[in-house]
Amino acid sequence: MTQEYRVLLEHADKINPESAADYIQVGGYKGLEKAHSMNPRDLTDEVKKSGLRGRGGAGFNAGMKWSFVPQYPETKYVVCNFDEGEPGTYKDRIICQKNAQALLEGMAICGHAIGSNNGYIYCRGEYPFVVEMLKNAIGNAKESGALGEFNIEVRMGAGAYVCGEETALIESIEGHRGEPRFKPPFPGVEGLWRMPTVVNNVETFACLPYIMTNGADWFAGIGAKSYPGTKVLTLTGDIENPTYFEVPTDYLLRDVIYELGGGVKGGKKLKAVQVGGTSGAFIPPQNLDTPIDFDSMGAIGAALGSGAVFVMDESRDIVDIINRIAKFFEHESCGQCTPCREGTFRCKEIMERINTGRGSLKDIENLKVLARIMQKASLCGLGQAAPIPITSTLEHFEYEYLRKLV
Amino acid sequence: MDIKLTIDGKEIEVPQGTMLLEACRKAGADIPTFCYDPDLKLAGSCRMCVVQPKGWRNLVASCVTPAQNGMVIETESPDVVEARKVVLELMLARHKLTCHTCEKDGECNLQDYCYRYGVTESRFAGKVHNLFKDDSNPFIERDYDKCVMCTRCVRACEEITGARAINVMDRGHHAHIATAYDGNLEDSPCVFCGQCIMVCPVGALTSKIAAGQGKPAQNDKVLTTCTYCGTGCTLELNVKNDKIVGVTSNRDAEWSPVNRGALCVKGRFGWDFVNSPERLTTPLIKENGEFRPASWDEALDLAAEKIKGIKEKYGPDSLSMFSSARVTNEENYLAQKLMRAAIGSNNVDHCARL
Repeated sequence: MTQEYRVLLEHADKINPESAADYIQVGGYKGLEKAHSMNPRDLTDEVKKSGLRGRGGAGFNAGMKWSFVPQYPETKYVVCNFDEGEPGTYKDRIICQKNAQALLEGMAICGHAIGSNNGYIYCRGEYPFVVEMLKNAIGNAKESGALGEFNIEVRMGAGAYVCGEETALIESIEGHRGEPRFKPPFPGVEGLWRMPTVVNNVETFACLPYIMTNGADWFAGIGAKSYPGTKVLTLTGDIENPTYFEVPTDYLLRDVIYELGGGVKGGKKLKAVQVGGTSGAFIPPQNLDTPIDFDSMGAIGAALGSGAVFVMDESRDIVDIINRIAKFFEHESCGQCTPCREGTFRCKEIMERINTGRGSLKDIENLKVLARIMQKASLCGLGQAAPIPITSTLEHFEYEYLRKLV
Repeated sequence: MDIKLTIDGKEIEVPQGTMLLEACRKAGADIPTFCYDPDLKLAGSCRMCVVQPKGWRNLVASCVTPAQNGMVIETESPDVVEARKVVLELMLARHKLTCHTCEKDGECNLQDYCYRYGVTESRFAGKVHNLFKDDSNPFIERDYDKCVMCTRCVRACEEITGARAINVMDRGHHAHIATAYDGNLEDSPCVFCGQCIMVCPVGALTSKIAAGQGKPAQNDKVLTTCTYCGTGCTLELNVKNDKIVGVTSNRDAEWSPVNRGALCVKGRFGWDFVNSPERLTTPLIKENGEFRPASWDEALDLAAEKIKGIKEKYGPDSLSMFSSARVTNEENYLAQKLMRAAIGSNNVDHCARL
């Protein structure tokens, strides 16, 4: 199987994403209609049954997440995480630019399930043009009556990576510093303005209309059993076709690179591929025959994450790349908890030392200790995941470090 | 409803909603903390209080993790100890280690925990940021190079005092406490109450007034009631060689029931007059344009005689009493009683009415 399988992007470039009428013509807003005919509990069960898991990176069952929202409070929120801060990831932008109405419909479906008419889209600060487009799409959908009572407001981030973490995102919408909250309480119980809130990724919401229209069983039958559906991947780095693809989730990583991606650029050999964004593990060539789904990637110590696929050819210097990644996390740590605030800084310092030929075996030992404690004791996912590129390259590419030592 | 859990092999029962920190302490475990303060909102950020729930992948911060039924907790497992050591080393790596001249020497959490876990130096020592900033206010010294970023000062400023003068600025390793627009405290809403000093677990915040006169840990502590106003705050006088060398907070609700350690600028910083050579220590009587010391009996007799004379000559309403907010309610009551019952005038007023 080497073909794309387009669900979310089936009508890409054939319809105007701002136009509700265009979307309705290709079957849009049927899912919301069906959702409205169901009672909220059945609707949540249907989504649970489809097996849809979060597309932002954590892979949590979407219906399950919704079921944690208590029924009684009057005010609840549906928040779309469109922060898309993972370097190399642009699939949410593509989904919005090609099929924005599906996102809006998906949010309204969620709204019906949890009993909320208040939607927010938190959009990456570097996407002002998409904000304009989304506002037009919302205006058009509201005017056409397709969204019913459901309202959506767009809020913009200001460039902080950590605001992709759902509770930091909530803090940012509230106007505070973008710092993650400790959990519990989870947003489902106490989220935006301390009210129950569902935060899902753009791609997760955009899957919902198709699940409602075609049925949970149809969705559950696509791709990998434990992580069904399709996934939009974005290819970057040393690859012939640096673009986006939508594939079923049992698609092999090797095929992503060599079939859809057209192989490593210039016919060079592959050194490593990093999947899921900057905090993803570096995968060596011997692990390429792994399906891209959440659990299969987990089994090789990697993560599907946001679906970014960063390809590095044989000429790349792993230690130099890790040094840059360490710099990135040092810059993006919010500074709240000690392991991440100080750990990211010291990781960067040690990596700089190694990369410039001043490092020692002791540095590598200390790096390992630091990575272990950051993973085990940091407050949020940023600090916990920041050392993964270091640990995975120390596992698979240790010789690249050793040859740079004093 | 109570739940049961096992902590370091000991089974205990706690009410639902109890945080692990409290449960662990109840079970007799000594859990180290920096950012936790029982009077402030939870932060869960220093990660010093981590413990190991059996079967969990990661360690959890016990101060913000609710105890669950059936949990099995280890508070000093090898992973927990390693994490705490690394947290301490990461703090030490940017800490100005001048304990010998530090005001907080002897009652510093960082010092105590490093001692407890045998952390003598940091494996992660490297670049140290000298964040020195000259804030020329007369009261509060903030040494950024001793700060552990627990944010207790930020929370105390907002939650106890309500001033909201300070908050966190910048991100990551460069995050630090600052006023709005990074200005001086004097130009901020700071009221110099020093609650930030009270909650600081290390030597990052200290009193400029008490500096160099004796380390609080070594001073004698004498509890007294502040005389500045009628609120009746408990002060903890720091005494050395029979002299007051500072004021600190006693936060025990039993000993400090009115203020729980919280003070105002006068109570915390306005005590140096006590030892002033210019202070009046006896009544003075003016004779021929010159003051001379007198005994209390002599002075009171003179005052009574003069007051009586005025009353007889001009009537009781020719006299008035102006009282002070610095005395207690009871004393103010007595003052008006004296005026009304003994002298026979309603001319009584009080400076707090101005």
